[in-house]
Amino acid sequence: MYRYDVIDQALVDERVAQFRDQTRRFLAGALSEDEFKPLRLRNGLYIQRFAPMLRIAIPYGLLSARQMRTLADIARRYDRGFGHFTTRQNLQFNWPRLEDVPDILAELAQVQMHAMQTSGNCVRNITADHLAGVTPDEIDDPRPYCEIVRQWSTLHPEFSYLPRKFKIAVTGTPADRAASQVHDIGLHLKRNAVGELGFEVLVGGGLGRTPIIGHVIREFLPREDLLSYLDVILRIYNELGRRDNLNKARIKILVKSLGPAEFARRVEEEWAQVRKHGLALDVREIERMRAFFTPPAYEPLENHDATVGREPAFKAWHRYNTRAHKVSGYRVVFLSLKAHGEAPGDLTAAQMDGVADLAERYSFGLLRASHDQNLLLADVRQLDLYELWHALVALGLATPNIGTLTDMICCPGLDFCSLANATSIPVAKQIQRHFSDLDYLYDLGEIQIKMSGCMNACGHHHVGHIGILGVDKHGEEWYQITIGGSASDDASLGEVIGPSVPQSAVADTIQKLVDVYVEQRREEERFIDTVRRIGVEPFQDRVYGTRNDARNYSAA
Amino acid sequence: MGRETMREIIRRREVIIDDWRTIDEDPKGESGQVILPLTRWHAERDRWWSWNGRIGVRINPADRVELLRADLARLALIAIEFPTPSEGRGYSQARVLRDRLGFTGEIRAVGHVKRDQIFFMARCGIDAFELAQGVNPQSVLAAFDDFDVAYQPSTVPLKGQRGFYAT
Repeated sequence: MYRYDVIDQALVDERVAQFRDQTRRFLAGALSEDEFKPLRLRNGLYIQRFAPMLRIAIPYGLLSARQMRTLADIARRYDRGFGHFTTRQNLQFNWPRLEDVPDILAELAQVQMHAMQTSGNCVRNITADHLAGVTPDEIDDPRPYCEIVRQWSTLHPEFSYLPRKFKIAVTGTPADRAASQVHDIGLHLKRNAVGELGFEVLVGGGLGRTPIIGHVIREFLPREDLLSYLDVILRIYNELGRRDNLNKARIKILVKSLGPAEFARRVEEEWAQVRKHGLALDVREIERMRAFFTPPAYEPLENHDATVGREPAFKAWHRYNTRAHKVSGYRVVFLSLKAHGEAPGDLTAAQMDGVADLAERYSFGLLRASHDQNLLLADVRQLDLYELWHALVALGLATPNIGTLTDMICCPGLDFCSLANATSIPVAKQIQRHFSDLDYLYDLGEIQIKMSGCMNACGHHHVGHIGILGVDKHGEEWYQITIGGSASDDASLGEVIGPSVPQSAVADTIQKLVDVYVEQRREEERFIDTVRRIGVEPFQDRVYGTRNDARNYSAA
Repeated sequence: MGRETMREIIRRREVIIDDWRTIDEDPKGESGQVILPLTRWHAERDRWWSWNGRIGVRINPADRVELLRADLARLALIAIEFPTPSEGRGYSQARVLRDRLGFTGEIRAVGHVKRDQIFFMARCGIDAFELAQGVNPQSVLAAFDDFDVAYQPSTVPLKGQRGFYAT
């Protein structure tokens, strides 16, 4: 993984000193609430419903065992003993005290971590495929480019006061596991006809109030031109993005109003001017960055079937919670943060310490966070899988449900978040209870449920195979259901099936949706494929029955 | 020029008494250095061009600095308005003026300008700061040294800078 040099370390240390001084001035009354807000947000600090929330960056989801132990330590000493992994590969603490935050940031800086730009109207954490570097279908490892973009965008003097937040994701395979098409910029590594590396560039994707799939504005950008091109996109957005209306300030609205073709034309026109004297990446520097992400010292091992002669529970876990690795003798292991009865994405301090130990014993000391709120040990010897499984069972992280209906994305919702209209965690638990039979889940196959407690869509509900959006109706929590969304390479936005349903009816409604699927599916067809083939109507009919029933729901 | 217009500003990291006047403060240009709103510069361009004094213009966030290209030879100062602390367009305006248009005169941040914006503003080539009402210029000078390292090149380089870039 990337290791800080003197420049990186000086930068995070100076950042801590700067924020310590800003916090001191705020607490002394020299900075108003309004003045302090953008400063604390740029250091990941929100003021939530009950306490501040601190969002710590995990660049492209990669962290070391040592860093995980520091997070455990912070969870115990400054929080209530747990943290929450987000859809942008970050970690949130929900109960730190404002006056402790400079000390927390100082402890993070000691293990090469920070909370810079995890909030605020600036470039946020750069995210990537959680299988980067280990997946067999990779064109190139996206992480060196993520790190270059991370550095370029960190404390960028020109782009630190953008109209709104700005999210960039990078993928290195044709399969999109980073939801890159619903990012402000999606970068897809590819090779051109003569084998040179570069990027397909998408702009203007996003969720929230106005969900939009990103538009390709350039088929192939040579990789050494990456930063000069980003510079131009960001400058055009900084100058022309709307600042009069918070809900219309994202780049997707600018791209939509200009039209993707006109936006692309302006980028190209500006780029033609700056390209010669703009930021060209030195190929030797790209190689230097790539050297931080070279493969670990794999042993020469043959593939072997770890499940032979093992009990069914291990076989199920192996099937659902591990994936093929590009190196023979190894597997990628998912640690499910979706145990039934737990808030999706949450991890206790004891579990953090536990997984840090396991990472050191079984996976070269590294861990990864995925955008769907799970952890991974990416480089596990197949010979160790059985032993590792036992250890994960003991930690409560071996629920064999990765990719199934209960492996759902879920925002913290009204239990923590001051933006939320409705709770999400109780609904997640309701769904987990209702769909607790693993054999049934396996029969249903891949179904992605994504749930947000409000329009801001932190839980990516628009791109869930089944999306759930919490809405407030006269002080009661109701839930709008969409089907047919996808965040993968076949990205699509879900369609609302009808009036929202009361909280108590969410799991039953999902049951009706999967019943239709089970009746209608063809061989090997996933839920999303069936929705795409037969449309939403049969699902609507099952949920709402006649038109009169639908009216009853909407009148309630 | 009454005593009330003895304004302190920061120029190149030093607190000085402002030697410029706005056109409202000095309608006849007696000080020899006046700052006009951009609209007024456009409306009275010919008259001011031949005037025997130094001219600055004050621009708003939505103004396109590229449109000043032909005027820059006559301008000694450009004041960039920051109406709110979250306003970000002025940073791009400053960089375009310096890096693209080669403007070497004074670029001055005016409006809601306070300590915590100054570091980035200076990196973008803004070299003078007319601070928001009530802010003591001496108290913000430390902001120029918030960081002595940076990841990206900018108009004004720092000591420790990442060397990703081909020259």
